[in-house]
Amino acid sequence: MAVVEVRRLVKEYDGGKVRAVDEVDLATEEGEYLVLLGPSGCGKTTLLRTIAGLEQPTAGEVLIDGHAVTGLPPRARKIAMVFQSYALYPHKTVLANIVFPLRAAGMPRPDRERKARWAAELLGIGHLLARKPRQLSGGERQRVALARALVREPHVFLLDEPLSNLDAKLRASARDELKRFQQEVSTTTIYVTHDQVEAMGLGDRIAVLSNGKVHQIGKPAEVYDDPADTFVATFIGSPPMNLVARDAHLVGFRPEHLLPAEALPAGVELETVPLAVERIEYLSGDRHVYGTAGGIGAATRVVARLPATVATPISAGQTYDFAVARDRLRFFATDTGRRVEAVRL
Amino acid sequence: MTATATPRVREVTEVPPGRRRFADRDGALAWLFLMPSVVYILALVGVPFVLAVGFALSDVTAGDPSYDFVGLRNFERIFDDPVFWQSLGNTFLFTSISMLLIVVFGKILANILVVDFRGKWVVRFLVLLPWTTPVTLGAVAWLWLLDSIFSPIDWLLRQLGLLGSPDALLGPDSNMYWLGEPSLAMGSVIAVHVWRVTPLAAVIVMAGLVAIPRDLDEAARVDGAGWWRRMFEVTIPMTLPVIAVAALFGAIFTFTDMAVVDVLTNGGPNNATQVLTSWAFFRGIDGGDVGQGAAVALFLFPLLLAAAIAILRAVRKMEVH
Repeated sequence: MAVVEVRRLVKEYDGGKVRAVDEVDLATEEGEYLVLLGPSGCGKTTLLRTIAGLEQPTAGEVLIDGHAVTGLPPRARKIAMVFQSYALYPHKTVLANIVFPLRAAGMPRPDRERKARWAAELLGIGHLLARKPRQLSGGERQRVALARALVREPHVFLLDEPLSNLDAKLRASARDELKRFQQEVSTTTIYVTHDQVEAMGLGDRIAVLSNGKVHQIGKPAEVYDDPADTFVATFIGSPPMNLVARDAHLVGFRPEHLLPAEALPAGVELETVPLAVERIEYLSGDRHVYGTAGGIGAATRVVARLPATVATPISAGQTYDFAVARDRLRFFATDTGRRVEAVRL
Repeated sequence: MTATATPRVREVTEVPPGRRRFADRDGALAWLFLMPSVVYILALVGVPFVLAVGFALSDVTAGDPSYDFVGLRNFERIFDDPVFWQSLGNTFLFTSISMLLIVVFGKILANILVVDFRGKWVVRFLVLLPWTTPVTLGAVAWLWLLDSIFSPIDWLLRQLGLLGSPDALLGPDSNMYWLGEPSLAMGSVIAVHVWRVTPLAAVIVMAGLVAIPRDLDEAARVDGAGWWRRMFEVTIPMTLPVIAVAALFGAIFTFTDMAVVDVLTNGGPNNATQVLTSWAFFRGIDGGDVGQGAAVALFLFPLLLAAAIAILRAVRKMEVH
């Protein structure tokens, strides 16, 4: 259990030409599951590798449990890392892979065997110990990598996109297992992903990164419902938040809040949005309605997501009266993209 | 298209023959491209090999080229010759020590070659230089370095006080006679050979090192492994197949090479550095007894074949992927 903190962390490449991590301040809480989310190339993996000690920061500090570990090698940081590729030693058996960190730590043989079996049982790979990594499936490899990380009883787990090498079906169950596993061992975990579904599902909190900067840190619901800027608003959510220009502001609303006026409950303050429907997609029971919205601001192409419970007949080529509840509207400054106070429409 | 539409049968038309070019015919192309190397191997390896087998069973000499079949008499005669057995022993000594040193130095050089530092291109160039230099040229340079009177190595040792004074570590003589003392001569031949073949081994091992995913080394670092543990538990096991290939090349180059021996010592002193290849050359070409020379040379063949098969099998077993 530990708190990981980075202070004004900067990592530059090519003598300052590329700033992968740009003055990031970040702190986890005890036993927290913090997800670093961002598009590829946003610096999230570099940030994780700097915390691990695989990269040296250009400036700033990394603290684990309140101790500055910035100059320390990875092995002195009491961390364990699971790599995207799992990085299992292909010439070693599963057991030898799992005991490797313990041998490096000089633990006596009976102890490390016992520890390895405990970790393997916890992850349900006890029957695979004699196999080589190439004889395992993707999901099994991932568990071996987790077991190898677990046996050292690290203070912090660092996971670098551990699910991205699994096929879609396995990913969902592995995500669930990963969450249960972390709750069981309750170790502070930093998890890097570009997949917002993983982030929303796994994270106690999510840090959204772009261009080396943290745009917002918050609980999944906060990041989704109250994005700090237009980047977060459009990066998270599928389809993303609709943004409509109005004077010096952008008015944002989630597709699921743009509904036919009659489908919205009475007694709620509504903003009416006439929607000229162009196209309808039927996706897992929801209807995604694409069209041009007027009324709220400049005419803009927007998406509305109608849940299966809304039965209003809608067809392309017609204009309908849609509406958004006033308290669901979010406002951003057009020039900075930052969130601003609600504006009277 | 709807499910009720009636399927229309289209007539299959032949592609006009002009559209299929020669470049589309993989089978013919394969033969065309293989031909040069097949011809080359047949002409320069196959034919001489058959000739050697023929000569080994004959009494052909430089003076009397008429072919008479004599069975295994040449082999009986070389087995009775103590120099043959000495050469065989020398060959194994020469090969095994050279191979060991070539692999060890090749591995060390490869580790230096993969590290990123300023001026690595200069270092890479210098490392590869011995391999790119013609054998005889390199050997002649070494001949002077190891000269019995003018050796700069001896001069350096004298300057350091290790040689040439009554209480010096290496003796009171003014020179070491690198190529004159039997054991020193063998050491010198091995050293020059190692100098020559190590770059090849280094490049082979380097290719193996570069192919190791970087994640593995990083995972080992996070797992708490120090430099030596990473080297012996991750890097070396992962590169064993290529190290074996480097060893195979080292062994075959050493086993079949006579240039270094020929230029440096000519097999001397007193056959102390005579190896099978040089002995075959002296017997068959210098001595003119073509039959015996061929028999000595052929003696190597089954040994090399066995070694190559053994190493390649081991490589296939070790391959991790």
